Amino acid sequence: MDYAVTVDQLSKTFGTFTAVDHISLTVDYGEIFGFLGANGAGKTTAIRMLCGLLRPTSGTGTVNGFDVNRQYEKIKPSIGYMSQKFSLYGDLTGRENLRFYGAVYGLSNSRLKDRIAELTAMLELTEFIDRLTGPLPVGWRQRIALAAAIIHRPRIIFLDEPTGGVDPVFRRRFWEILYSLADEGVTLFVTTHYMDEAEFCRRISIMHQGKIVVMGPPRQLVAAHGLPNLQETFIHLIAERPVDG
Amino acid sequence: MGKVRWIIGKELRHILRDPRSLVIAIIMPIMMTLLYGYAINLDIKNIRLAVLDYDRTSASRDLAARFHHSAYFTRPLAEAALSDPEAALKRGDAHAVLIIQPGFAEALRDLAPYQLGLSLDGADANLSSAAAGYSNIIIRQFLADQLPDGATLPGVTLSQRVLYNPDLKSSHFFVPGLIAVILMMISALLTSITIAREKESGTMEQLLSAPVRSHQVILGKVIPYIGLALVDGILVLVIGVFHFGVPFAGSMALLTVFGLVYITAALSLGILISALVRTQQVAMMAALVVTVLPSVMLSGFIFDIKNMPPMLQAITYIVPARYFLLIIRGVMLKGSGLAVLWVQAATLIALTAVLLTAAAKRFKMKIG
Repeated sequence: MDYAVTVDQLSKTFGTFTAVDHISLTVDYGEIFGFLGANGAGKTTAIRMLCGLLRPTSGTGTVNGFDVNRQYEKIKPSIGYMSQKFSLYGDLTGRENLRFYGAVYGLSNSRLKDRIAELTAMLELTEFIDRLTGPLPVGWRQRIALAAAIIHRPRIIFLDEPTGGVDPVFRRRFWEILYSLADEGVTLFVTTHYMDEAEFCRRISIMHQGKIVVMGPPRQLVAAHGLPNLQETFIHLIAERPVDG
Repeated sequence: MGKVRWIIGKELRHILRDPRSLVIAIIMPIMMTLLYGYAINLDIKNIRLAVLDYDRTSASRDLAARFHHSAYFTRPLAEAALSDPEAALKRGDAHAVLIIQPGFAEALRDLAPYQLGLSLDGADANLSSAAAGYSNIIIRQFLADQLPDGATLPGVTLSQRVLYNPDLKSSHFFVPGLIAVILMMISALLTSITIAREKESGTMEQLLSAPVRSHQVILGKVIPYIGLALVDGILVLVIGVFHFGVPFAGSMALLTVFGLVYITAALSLGILISALVRTQQVAMMAALVVTVLPSVMLSGFIFDIKNMPPMLQAITYIVPARYFLLIIRGVMLKGSGLAVLWVQAATLIALTAVLLTAAAKRFKMKIG
C-alpha cells in the first residue's frame, strides 16, 4: 500500500556531529503521527529533510511518493510545513500573510480569496485576520500560521512544535482543528513536548540522540514499559539512556 | 515571474511599514547631502596670513594685497605687532606668515633668482597644505602679471592650474562620492539586513519550504532595493546639481549603466554577508565594516588613495567604490566617456562579476 511518508536508514551529519542517525519509519495517509524526542534529539533536522529543506547525508525516504534525495522540489507543493517559530511576517496582516503564501504556492487570486474566507471561518479568525500578526497573542498567530501552512490543501502537513507557548485552552482547540483535518484524510506529522498531545496521536516515535528509540501506539508503549503514563514512559526512555549511548 | 512579483510586493510593504528602513532609505541620503553641503565644508577660507614685508616696495605691497584680496587669506588682527613669525604661529595669531626679504622688486626687474618665505602652522595639516597650495597659485599669478608678455621667470617652469573645479569647491567632489556611498549603503546594508531578518525570524525557512526557487527569492528581495538605490542616487544628484550647483558634464545614460553595475556589486556583497550571518545585528555590523566604511575611507571619497600606506592602497583595489568614484567624477565633472574611463569601467565590471558569482554560489549552497 501507499504510505504518506517512508523513511529508510535516513541520516544527516554536520561535520562530525550526527544529528539524525539511521532512522526508519512509515506513516499512513490520514494518520496523526507524533514525532517525539528531547530538545536536540534531531527532530527538526529530520523534518527539514522530509520537507525538502535539507539534503540527507545517507539513506532514503519518500514523501507523497517523491524521493527526498532527488525530487524535493516536487515534495514542496504537496506538503504544508509549520515550523517551530510561527513563521509569519509580523509587519503584515493575517490576510496579507495568507495571500502571500497562497501566491507562492501558485493559487490564483479568485481561489485564494475563497480559500482565505474558508480558512478564516474554519479557524475562527474573523476578528484577527486584518490585523498585523506581530502584536497578536501567540495562540492566534499559531492559527494563522496553520492557515498559511494549509492554504494550498496539502495532503501531508509537518508541524514542528506547533503549540509551544500556547495556553491549554488554545492547545485543546488547536488539536480539535488538527483532528478535523485528519478526518478529511490529511496526514499530520507532529512534533510536540506535551505528552497529553502525544496521546492524541495514533502512533508516536521517540527520538534520542539522532536515533528512534521506540515507535508504536502511545497506549501500547506505556503498557510495554509498565509505567503509569506516557510522561513517565518518555522520561524513562530518555533519561535512562547514557549520553552518546 | 509571478512569484517574484509577489515577493517584491511583500518586500515593498516591509519597507513602507518600517519607519527605520524609510529613514535609512530616504531621509538619511537627504540629510547626508545637506550636511556635507553646509556643515562639513572642506573648503578652507579665511586663513590668517601675516606679511612681513622687509622689501617695502610697491611690488612687495602689491603681492601682499593680492593675498589679502583673495577669499582664502585674511589679515591677522594684530599684524603691526608681528615681528617674530614663529611666535605668531605659536600663539595662533596667524596660520601662515609670508616673508618678503629685501630685493624682491629688483629680482622681478632683473629676472634674478629670489626666494619668498612662507611659514605655515603645520598643526592643522589640511589648513597648511591648503595655504601652501593657494599661496603658490597667487604667487604664480602675480609673477605672470608682472612680467612682460612672453617672458618667463628664470628657473620657473611649473605652471600650476586647477582644472574642472577651478574654485576647488568641495561640493563638486563630495556629491559624486556621496552617491557612491549611499548606493553602497542602500544596496549592501539593506539587502543583507532584509535577508538576515527572514533567517532570524524563521520566515526564510517557511518560504523555502514552499515551491519557490532560491533565485526567485533573491530577485524578489533585491529588485525593490535596486529601485530604492536608483531613487536615492537621483535624489542626491538632483540636490547636488540644482542646489549646490555641481556640474553634470557627461552622459546620464553612461552613469546609469555603471550605476547599475555598481549597485549589482553592492547587492552581491549584501547577499554574501547575509549568507554568512544569522542575525540582523551581525548583518548590519558586517555590512558597515565590509562595504560602507571602505566606500567612505578607502575609495578616494575623502582620503587620497595616493597618500595611504601601501597596505591600505592594496586593499583599495578590491573596493568597488574606488572604481565607481572615478567613473562618476569623470562623467559628472569632466564629461568623460568610455574612451577615458574604460580601465575603471572594465575593472568594475570584472569585480562585479566575481562578487555576483560568489554570491549566487554561496546562496545556493546555504539552501541546498
